[in-house]
Amino acid sequence: MNSGDTAWVLVCAALVMLMTPGLALFYGGMVRSRGVLNMLMMSLGSLGVVGVLWVVYGYSGAFGSDLGGLGLLGSPSEFFGMSRLVGQEGLSDTIPTFAFAAFQAMFAILTVALISGAIADRARFGPWLLFAGLWATLVYFPVAHWVFAFDETNAAGEVTAVGGWIANRIEAIDFAGGTAVHINAGAAALALVLVLGPRSGWPKETGKPHNLPLVVLGAGLLWFGWFGFNAGSALTAGTTAAIVFVNTLVGASAAMLAWMLVERLRHGRPTTLGAVSGIIAGLVAITPACSAVTPLGAIAIGAISGAVCALAVELKYRLRYDDSLDVVGVHLVGGLVGTLLVGLFASASAPAGVAGLFYGGGLDQLWRQAVGALAVFAYSLVLSLGIAWVVRGTVGFRLGTADEDAGIDETEHAETGYHFGEVRNTLRGSRTGEHGSVEALEGSVR
Amino acid sequence: MKLVTAVVQQARVDEVRQSLTALGVRGMTIADVQGYGRQQGHTEIYRGAEYKVDVVDKTRVEVLVNDVDADEVLRAIVSAARSGRVGDGKVWVTPVESVVRVRTGETGEQAV
Repeated sequence: MNSGDTAWVLVCAALVMLMTPGLALFYGGMVRSRGVLNMLMMSLGSLGVVGVLWVVYGYSGAFGSDLGGLGLLGSPSEFFGMSRLVGQEGLSDTIPTFAFAAFQAMFAILTVALISGAIADRARFGPWLLFAGLWATLVYFPVAHWVFAFDETNAAGEVTAVGGWIANRIEAIDFAGGTAVHINAGAAALALVLVLGPRSGWPKETGKPHNLPLVVLGAGLLWFGWFGFNAGSALTAGTTAAIVFVNTLVGASAAMLAWMLVERLRHGRPTTLGAVSGIIAGLVAITPACSAVTPLGAIAIGAISGAVCALAVELKYRLRYDDSLDVVGVHLVGGLVGTLLVGLFASASAPAGVAGLFYGGGLDQLWRQAVGALAVFAYSLVLSLGIAWVVRGTVGFRLGTADEDAGIDETEHAETGYHFGEVRNTLRGSRTGEHGSVEALEGSVR
Repeated sequence: MKLVTAVVQQARVDEVRQSLTALGVRGMTIADVQGYGRQQGHTEIYRGAEYKVDVVDKTRVEVLVNDVDADEVLRAIVSAARSGRVGDGKVWVTPVESVVRVRTGETGEQAV
């Protein structure tokens, strides 16, 4: 065990964990004030449901021994509850297996939380939790196995444990989750939008972001955590992590500039929401590519992603689908851009050691990237449609129109996000707790 | 007694307050309000989606004055609130039937 690597990965796991509440604020600021809490709660719900499932069978399904050697799924029972790992000196490379499992847990949680941005203001909370659990089980855990589980080999180079088919047979490069995280979540978001339909009154009456400073705060936490997401994926505190760190910085920086430029040209003004959206688009695109490109390549990928995503988010108004907070436009499109551009901008001098089309590698890596991207997209879209239909058909998924109009925070959570000296707060006859029983409170409280 | 009500640019409220204080006005009610006049609203853009905002933020200042002071107060507000650009607001004067100071019970001009 290497204590430096272990410390790095544990810190990175904590950084990635912070991304989920960061995402909650990022999304929360973008909805109307009467839906901010539900937006936060969908991310928190992912932390709850997926965090538990990961330990129970998710880690095992993603990184357990491959079932049948096909590279499709790890054995969910091998590390069921992770109890078998307790008390062992189990190592993944140079770090404890638990450190790796903790780091990867955060990926699973964040990926599910990402999806929720597409269905703001209209999904009932319980069914969302059900969807989150089913989706993690049937889509994320297998796909994580495809992409992140690498073959284990012995000294003679023979495969001793089979990993996922995309990572090992196709050999697509996805350093930190362009396919497994962003294309995967983006495709699921598209599926949910198709099943749930648009918000009532969309696009005219669904409102504008109620708190852009909150959005910037969330984006800042996301960017901060993203250094752990990407640089932590090196699983070692060394050169690869450092290069990835720099690429994660410039990819997002370039994308922010590109998004603002597109806005300046198309609408006359660079906007705050555009700037932070560019940051996220760049982070998404550089995620799969950050170990395969030089910093100049990272700038190119970031800039292309920023511009393409800025144009893509406006598609929803033309194609008439209510992807509320642009999960499709930013994560699916950004993930596709980053994953495919690896095939063009990969440099053999980068840690991944693969040359793309622009660096003399021909089309070889590009088709590998395309197969990986399309496979995850298709699988996630089809399975997500199925799961969403089942949830809708059994327990119901969609909030009633009357509740939607009244505000999802009040109807789903019995709370409201903001209380600024409203008259109704001072007019209460009594406060909860001042009386002995609920019966005594009746009549004195609304 | 008169109630002078002014709806003015938010940025001019301090000038209005200072000019009234200079006249000896000792109290006023100030509130954030929204509305629109001839200039209508403006357009905001979020990720390329344009939102037409019909109402704009203004501040309403209300001053209770005796009849003899009303004209002077009106003129003070207008000169303090005027920038010369569209959206400077409006001021109007309405008659007031009765006034009571809550603490003392004084009424009429004594209570203003």
